[in-house]
This record gives sequence, structure tokens and C-alpha cells, in this order.
Amino acid sequence: MNLPLPYPFDRDYMQLALVAGLVVALCAPLIGTFLVEKQLSLLGDGLGHLAFAGVAVGLLLAVSPLWAALVVTVVGALALEYLRSRGQGSGDLVLALFFYGGIAAGAVLASRATAVGQSVNVLPYLFGSILTVTPGDVWLIVALGAVIVTSIAIAGRALFAVVVDEEAARVSGLPVVMLNGLLVTLAAVTIVAATQVVGTLLVAALMVLPVASGRLVARSFRTTIVAAVCVGLFSVIVGLAIARIWALAPGGVIVLVSAAVFLVTVLATGIRRSNMANLLAGPGH
Amino acid sequence: MGREASTIPRLRNRESWEGDTTVEVIAADGVCFAYGTERVLDDVGMHVDAGEFVALVGPNGSGKSTLVRILVGLLTPDAGTVLVFGETPRRLTDRARLGYVPQRSQLVGALPATVTELVSAGRLARRGWWRRPGRDDRAAVDAAIDAVALGDLRRRPIRELSGGQQQRVLIAKALAAEPELLVLDEPIAGVDAESQRLFRDALVHVVRERGGAVVLVSHELGAVAEDLDRVVVLKRRVLFDGPPADLAATGVSLGIHQEDLPLWLETLT
Repeated sequence: MNLPLPYPFDRDYMQLALVAGLVVALCAPLIGTFLVEKQLSLLGDGLGHLAFAGVAVGLLLAVSPLWAALVVTVVGALALEYLRSRGQGSGDLVLALFFYGGIAAGAVLASRATAVGQSVNVLPYLFGSILTVTPGDVWLIVALGAVIVTSIAIAGRALFAVVVDEEAARVSGLPVVMLNGLLVTLAAVTIVAATQVVGTLLVAALMVLPVASGRLVARSFRTTIVAAVCVGLFSVIVGLAIARIWALAPGGVIVLVSAAVFLVTVLATGIRRSNMANLLAGPGH
Repeated sequence: MGREASTIPRLRNRESWEGDTTVEVIAADGVCFAYGTERVLDDVGMHVDAGEFVALVGPNGSGKSTLVRILVGLLTPDAGTVLVFGETPRRLTDRARLGYVPQRSQLVGALPATVTELVSAGRLARRGWWRRPGRDDRAAVDAAIDAVALGDLRRRPIRELSGGQQQRVLIAKALAAEPELLVLDEPIAGVDAESQRLFRDALVHVVRERGGAVVLVSHELGAVAEDLDRVVVLKRRVLFDGPPADLAATGVSLGIHQEDLPLWLETLT
């Protein structure tokens, strides 16, 4: 890949990083909007920890860590949804089980991989290594992104109906169990696609922070998604540029940019509402 | 009064008087249900015909919501038979015939969604969840919004509406699928008088103009008292099932409120 892009995106590795990052920036808020409105904001974190266990499985078995993470995270996501829907413990308890179980399994499996002589470096998976993605990685991320966008294009309206009211959706004949399973599966696929961009520990931030900003300014569900995706894209572009210019960790910078956008949005909307209130109150108030 | 449901002659709907073409929408008999060892429904029977407007009332914990959840297929009774449009609720072939408005969720009030978006979600039952909305679907959504008198607010975010307006949006969502049976569980709790009047108009529209049946669970019947065909009083068993006039003859006011229910039940039992 050698596109005529200006600095800081003039190098091949930056252009690969940019493509991978933009795909994740599109998909993570797309799925995140549904999760946030279902009050499952922390689901991404739980699945991120599971993805780390999957990476460790891949390292132990000397197979592709990303493919191993995909299998483990999708299976774990469906198990998590099964437990949640059956009311087996409260939602946050189920998530905690996956948080700690996932990270502990990852640590144990990675140590075992080291013991059997595999070369193990888990840091790139924990915090991302977007600047080292290969064309093959980018193709995988693009393929996963296409699956996510196509799925939402087909099932997005039904997923929204489930978000609005799960019981009413069930009564009206929507396949709620299948749709909930689809949503957590898409979340798992997004997590794996984003693992190399921001890492398993920060991946959930890209599913939640842009949505938090988007819902502050949007007046509809559709515009919430659009705004969240725009914030995600902005965070990746600006984050990568800052990381290149000042030689910082790209994953962390991308998430910090997203957090900064949220902070600015909170302040801006707060000031706007305050001005509006003053305007409505009229002079002298 | 204290009559069992089975011994009470049911009021037949207006069409059935004229043409004797009663269409039974709900037929529930001998329904029992328990949460663990606590029995909340005991040999309950309830029948509703097309074009009937029925109120289901009773004190808290009387089993109203449980009965409603059985009728719409969210719960399975321990004993008894329930048929909706001649089929068991869980295996209803055409689920768009059944509209359900659950008790208001706090989540809906916080959603970043417009009135039209939320009402459109109710149309999926009619057109199929994977299909894109067509002209007919958009027309049905607009008609449902107009039926609850929210036409001017169709692009307004839900979170900017009052509690009563949000409730009417949920009713419009159920109406968008053009159901033949509309079941509403405590839809007007805490709603202002104007919204109650508009809410009443929406339900009367379903019954009188579209020939549908409505089952309304509520503690507050004042807004719809004059439009009801029957009132069913539930307290684990059916204590009363008949026309409002029979109830009024006992000296009971139909402007029933939560605080009046114990006194009211004493009159019936």
C-alpha cells in the first residue's frame, strides 16, 4: 500500500494502520450504540478480557492469535448472553466472571506457552500494535468489518426494536434470542478486529466513548450512530497522527482523543443549554 | 355481588348483537399460576370478543400482570387453557394480530430516538424484521402517530416528551402493526389528565373504528369508564366479570383509583 498521503500518513505502515483503524472506528461505535442503549456498556470490556485468553490460546497452540481470539470470544459471548438471558446471576456479576476469568486464563495460558518454549509477547495484544499490522491483518479486519456492517444493515431495525423493549419485541414475534445472540457475536467480532488497533484492554473504549459523545448531540437513534462513528473516525485519524508526531503509543492516544472529544462535547452542550436557558429567561435574569 | 366469571352472562359486542357473528379473541379457562409456592391465579377464566373494550382491575399483587403475561405468551400457565385467536399464545401464527404495551420502561424515556423511529419499531411485526420499510409501512406508522395525537411531535426525541406523551408513543408503537387485540398493562399510571383523554381516544379508535379488542389493566378507569364494555375484577380469582352498568348498580364508582380498591373489593366479596 503506497497512497500519496501527506505526513504523518506518508509511510506504508501508517497507511495500513489508518485503514485498520478506520474500519474499527466505523464498526466499534456501530455495535457500541446498541450495547450502550441496552445498558451493556461493559460487555465490550468483558469480551476484551476473553479475547486476551483467546490470544493466549493461539500463542500456546502456535496458531494465529487473532483467529483463536475470534473463536474464544464468540463462544464466550454466546455463553455470556445465555447466562444473562436465563437470569443466572445479575448482569454485572456475569460480566465480572468473564472479566476476571478471561484475564486469569490469558495469564496462565501465556505462562504455559512460555514454559513450552513459544515466543510470547502479550503486550501488543493488551495495548494494541496498530503500527505493526500487516496487509494480511488489514484484509482480515476489513473482512470482519464488512460482516459487521452488512449484519447491522439487515438486522439493525430489529435490534433497535429489542433495545426499545425486549418483552414487546418477543410478543410481536421477533426472534429476540437470535437477535441478542447476533448482537453479542458482532460485539465479539468487533473486539477481535480492534485488538491490534487499541488492544484488548482498551477496545471497549472505542465502543462506548464515541457513543457517549454522539448521544449528547444527536436527536435520533440514526444520528446517534452517525455522530458516534464520526467521533470514532476522528479519534483514530487524530490519534494516529499524534502518536506518529510525538512517538506515543497509538492505542492509548486514540482512546484519549476519544475521551477528550467526550469532555469537549459535555462542556459545549452544557454551555449551549446554559445559554439557551438564559435566552429563554430573558434579559435581567 | 361476588359472582364467578363462569356464572356471569358476558356482554357481547355491538356487532354480535346485530349479526350474531361473535369472534372470540381470547378464551381462557381454568387458568392457574404460581410463583414457587405462592399461587397468584386460581381457576381464572376470561373471554374477550372482537370489538370489546375490557378493563382488568384489582389490587396490587392480585395477578393482573401475570394474567396479561400469560395471555400474550410471555408466561405459560400451570393449569388451564388459553387461546388467542384460537391458538395458544406462544404458537400464534400471525403475531402482528397481537399488540402489547408493557408497563412503562424507564429505559425508553432515556433513548436517543425520535417518535417516528420508536413507532416504526412496532411495524416490524407486520412487515418482517429483515425487510426495509415500504410506503404502506410508513403510512401505517404515520397513522398510528396521528391516532395518539402526536403528529406535530413525530420528529421530536422521546426524551423531550412528557411521561404521558411517552406513553402514547408506546401505544402508537403497538398500533403501528395494526393489531386486532391490544393488551395494555398499567399504561396510564401517573399520566396527566390531558394525556389520559388522548389515550382514551386512541383506545376507542381501536375498538370502534377498527373493530379490534382492547384489554386494559389499570388502577385508574376514570378516563375510559364510559367506553368500557366489561370490567373484570381480579384478586387471584375473578370476583366480577360484567358490564359497567351492573357494577355501577352496586353503588361502586367507575372512577376507580388505587386507594379506593380495598373498599371496592369489600363490596364485591
